[in-house]
Amino acid sequence: MGGLQKKKYESGSATNYISRNKARKKLSLSLADFRRLCILKGIYPHEPKHKKKVNKGSTAQRTFYLLKDIRFLMHEPIVGKFREYKIFVRKLRKAYGKAEWGTAEKLRGNKPGYKLDHIIKERYPTFIDALRDVDDALSMCFLFSTFPRTGKCHVQTIELCRRLSVEWMNYIITLRSLRKVFLSIKGIYYQAEVLGQIITWLVPYQFAHDHPTDVDYRVMATFTELYTTLLGFINFRLYQTLNLVYPPKLDGKGEEESRAESEEDYAMDSERYMEKLSALSASLVRVVSTAEAEEAELDHFPAEGEDGEKLAERLKARQDQDRQEKLFEGLKFFLNREVPRESLAFVLRCFGAQVSWDKSLCIGSTYDVTDETITHHVVDRPSLEKQYINRYYVQPQWVYDCVNARMLLPVEDYFVGVTLPPHLSPFVEEKEGDYVPPEKLKLLALQKGERPEQEEEEEEEDNDDSEEEEDEDQSDDEDELKGMEEKQALGKASSVKVTPGEAKPVNRQRAEQEAKAEEKRLAVMMMKKRDKYLYDKIMFGKKRSVREANKMSAKRKALDEASKANKKKKLKK
Amino acid sequence: MCLEPARLSHSLHITLCPSLSISLFLSLSLSLSLSLSLSLSLSLSLWLSDYPHIGYDLDGKKIFKPIRNKDELDEFLDKMENPDYWRTIHDKMTGTDVCLSDEQVDLVHRLQQGKFGDVNFNEYEPAIDFFSNEVMIHPVTNRPADKRSFIPSLIEKEKVGKLVHAIKMGWIKPRRPKETAPQYYDLWAKEDPNAILGRHKMHIPAPKMRLPGHEESYNPPPEYLLTDEERQVWEQQDPDERKLSFLPQKYLSLRAVPAFSRFIQERFERCLDLYLCPRQRKMRVNVNPEDLIPKLPRPRDLQPFPTLQSLVYHGHSSLIRSISISPSGQWLVSGSDDCTVRFWEVCTTRCLKTMEVGGPVKSVAWNPAPSISLVAVSYGENVILVNPGLGDRLICSATDQLISSYEEPEEVKDQQVQWAVPEGKAQEQGQRLILTHPKAVKQVSWHGRGDYLACVMPDDGSSLQVVIHQVSRRRTQNPFHRNKGAVQCVSFHPSRPYFLVATQRYVRVYNLIKQELTKKLMANCKWISSMAVHPGGDNVICGSYDCRLAWFDLDLSTKPYKVLRHHKKALRGVAYHKHYPLFASGSDDGTVIVCHGMVYNDLLQNPLIVPVKVLKGHIITHDLGVLDVAFHPTQPWVFSSGADGTVRLFT
Repeated sequence: MGGLQKKKYESGSATNYISRNKARKKLSLSLADFRRLCILKGIYPHEPKHKKKVNKGSTAQRTFYLLKDIRFLMHEPIVGKFREYKIFVRKLRKAYGKAEWGTAEKLRGNKPGYKLDHIIKERYPTFIDALRDVDDALSMCFLFSTFPRTGKCHVQTIELCRRLSVEWMNYIITLRSLRKVFLSIKGIYYQAEVLGQIITWLVPYQFAHDHPTDVDYRVMATFTELYTTLLGFINFRLYQTLNLVYPPKLDGKGEEESRAESEEDYAMDSERYMEKLSALSASLVRVVSTAEAEEAELDHFPAEGEDGEKLAERLKARQDQDRQEKLFEGLKFFLNREVPRESLAFVLRCFGAQVSWDKSLCIGSTYDVTDETITHHVVDRPSLEKQYINRYYVQPQWVYDCVNARMLLPVEDYFVGVTLPPHLSPFVEEKEGDYVPPEKLKLLALQKGERPEQEEEEEEEDNDDSEEEEDEDQSDDEDELKGMEEKQALGKASSVKVTPGEAKPVNRQRAEQEAKAEEKRLAVMMMKKRDKYLYDKIMFGKKRSVREANKMSAKRKALDEASKANKKKKLKK
Repeated sequence: MCLEPARLSHSLHITLCPSLSISLFLSLSLSLSLSLSLSLSLSLSLWLSDYPHIGYDLDGKKIFKPIRNKDELDEFLDKMENPDYWRTIHDKMTGTDVCLSDEQVDLVHRLQQGKFGDVNFNEYEPAIDFFSNEVMIHPVTNRPADKRSFIPSLIEKEKVGKLVHAIKMGWIKPRRPKETAPQYYDLWAKEDPNAILGRHKMHIPAPKMRLPGHEESYNPPPEYLLTDEERQVWEQQDPDERKLSFLPQKYLSLRAVPAFSRFIQERFERCLDLYLCPRQRKMRVNVNPEDLIPKLPRPRDLQPFPTLQSLVYHGHSSLIRSISISPSGQWLVSGSDDCTVRFWEVCTTRCLKTMEVGGPVKSVAWNPAPSISLVAVSYGENVILVNPGLGDRLICSATDQLISSYEEPEEVKDQQVQWAVPEGKAQEQGQRLILTHPKAVKQVSWHGRGDYLACVMPDDGSSLQVVIHQVSRRRTQNPFHRNKGAVQCVSFHPSRPYFLVATQRYVRVYNLIKQELTKKLMANCKWISSMAVHPGGDNVICGSYDCRLAWFDLDLSTKPYKVLRHHKKALRGVAYHKHYPLFASGSDDGTVIVCHGMVYNDLLQNPLIVPVKVLKGHIITHDLGVLDVAFHPTQPWVFSSGADGTVRLFT
């Protein structure tokens, strides 16, 4: 016994956390500056395990930061820059107030700025870490690059975002690492694999935004500041790994030659370069000019603990990927003016196609509509007046579906004016028991190399019908049995009669299954309370997913039947 | 004293510089538009403005203001009629109305327009250059230049030298235009994975955005679109509760797809999540539900136990509250609410005997002693002992003899229970003794030897709830002076002189010899309905109306060793098998669950409880299912009686 009495909340988790207001005071920053600092440094609140303990017994809602994080922020040089900036603003205001224009000019010349290089390096110590986190950065940059050059944010930021996003797209084209594309109602999702990292980003459709009022653009701008820095360094590094020149330069014709063409109409001299780059139609200059065939055949070594089958699997996946990368190789596309040019050009070039468009549409077109070697013409209008006989006229969805299916799909479903098949998300991986739309099943069959035929489907339907009938028979039998039992229970079996019994075939499998189910049910009874709770929860979730899947398939069935009936009606008419 | 303003201005103009005069004019033109007669005594007149006089005459007497008797009407008439009204001004100083002459009006106009008062004044006089660009022949001064103007300045030299030095040293640099474009370089050129800060170990990376499913497609399969009802539900839901944050849409072609209106908001919300949302590492329970199920021995290995419903005993027309099997296992007795007791042959389901009694039968119990053929039947306030006359004649007659051999003691004690011998028809039916109690008897229970019979008369808090009868001596005792709570059921211990009394929530174990409370078992349930004691004597099971079955190990603790919640509804009856490690429970959900309950002789090993079979068959009537269960004394068979008026045998 003895010793000092321990006081509450002076050790343990209570001292590991700090509330936001306290942290702000400790750093002597305004809330806006604190927010900015947190965004830039990647400091986020933590949810303590025992909130009440951390909150010193109070149950009030508070956000908590790790005390270590806040201590770490105290040494950040940028905090000093924030203070400098505050002072700068004060001085400038004073100079304006006193109408000392000279002083104001001088002050503005010395506007304190800061760099985020060290923060990027600190937040992402290795390059792979940075790549892992690039999703949000890409989405943000693509969004900002679509903003109008007025209001909302600095023009420089928008231009920088545009530049970085174009550089990124060019890199993806050169590496041919695009894997999946998805046209959603929100925008276009792209998924690429860069250095083994899966990177997904979302690009909005090319429309003017109606800027919402409930969005704080300062927060977005701070994020963009960080993201542009991050993306710039990543781009630099990526270009370096491919031996590409950074900032990117277009391959092929020299500057003079390109200038000779009548491109003055499109852009000013200062902007032309960027515009050409963003047209995505030309390849980039490499530092060391290498032939394409330089890629040496890679040897394959089985990883540890990997047997032959797995190795074969891996090899096959690798081959598939290679085939996918050359999906559109040798095809020549022409984009009509109503299709989303940038997205299609990006996707097609990623898979080795040649792309062009009308000269008046955008800079960088390489050939004309009249080119006889064009194989596919992407059109998104109900009909086309003048058609060339030696090319397919397809709707843009064909390109995206081909990419997702990793094969060239039959063109017939995507002709001009045809009702398109549904566009499925390539990101959904159906687990067992999930609902799989029939289109997906068809696609899987196609990928395996089977040809689906209409007649087979009908046969299948017939089979379904007969099965149903069987089911009904069974249920009838059961009903009869039940009726007899009830009669017995009521004691109405007054007329005792002996009839020759029929030998019922005992379904051994079924009996076994039933026995197993019974066994399981009994074992479930004996579960501990805690386990039972968890088990019930899991089973509830499973049942719900099954229910949802059933609901979907029922809905689909009803819709199919309705459409069939409609078709029949039309035929009769 | 008075001066014409024009003259004043003129004189000023001459004496002062022109700019001043103009400013003065402006101010004058503003202030004098009303009072023309500006005078140097302006301050004086203002000072007197509140007084009735306007000044003083030469004699120093006040000059009073002229009497002004114009009211507004007069003013108005004047305005209408007098053509010179517009040029008439009230002079505050003299208090008279002055009509302005044409020249004066002109002057006012000129002043108002900012012109000079004097018509003749020329504003644009020809300019005379005092200092012209022409170099004159003669210098203005003839003073020779200073010497210092020929000698270079030392101070300046020093200053310049300092600047030059500073520039040389690189202290002063020319201002360079600031670079706005960011410079990128290989930031990770010297990356060292070992130099990762300790903080990164605490770092919880933000989860990535959820990838879109089929429903987000611009052209989804038709089943992913919401029907009208679903859409209504979606619209009425709170935005946080919605499963999808958007309405799935179908567009026929890509060109028809509009911009997504909430795009910026969603990105902003993501930003907010990234820097505002508290992060916590959550261990996702990734359990295979199959692993949670305990590994029990397979029921097949625990055979024998009843598995099939093999026989149904029809005959009763109302619910059967109680059944009991003869110790030989050949006969079955059932007591029903239709006021009959029926005796059945087990193997043939034949009803051998039906005995009508004077009320709904609450409980029947066959005497467990094999040498006595007696059945206790309780209905209303009576308990009758019946000799069914089935089976071995010798035993039957021995039983009759045993009962008739009773000799009345000399001193007749006044008992709370009347013992009577029936006569006539009742005697023929087999009734041997009638015990009339003061209250309704709910349950009867025999001692293992067959001489003692315990009856329960539930009545909360009453001192007379349990009585024990000794049949051979026709004696009744009330073992408890005081009972806590309403007694639900009682049971004799099979091997030791213990007596178990179950009240609503507790089971009390009394030692009959020492006359004391040995143990009080906490059942952890709301209302005990039934109780059974293991033939080994160390274990007790209790069924309760709140769906639980509690297994007590008397050696372990007073709390249940295991509580089983197998039934969906209230338990009505529980029973142990005499030889096999089986126990059964019947419930209102119409099922009988048979469990394997192995009790080991080794005290260190806890009992093994495994449910082996759910037996169904009884039809639920009036929300009641199975009311009683009983095991066959030798075979692994279980009987159950139900509210549907049947007894069923499961083998």
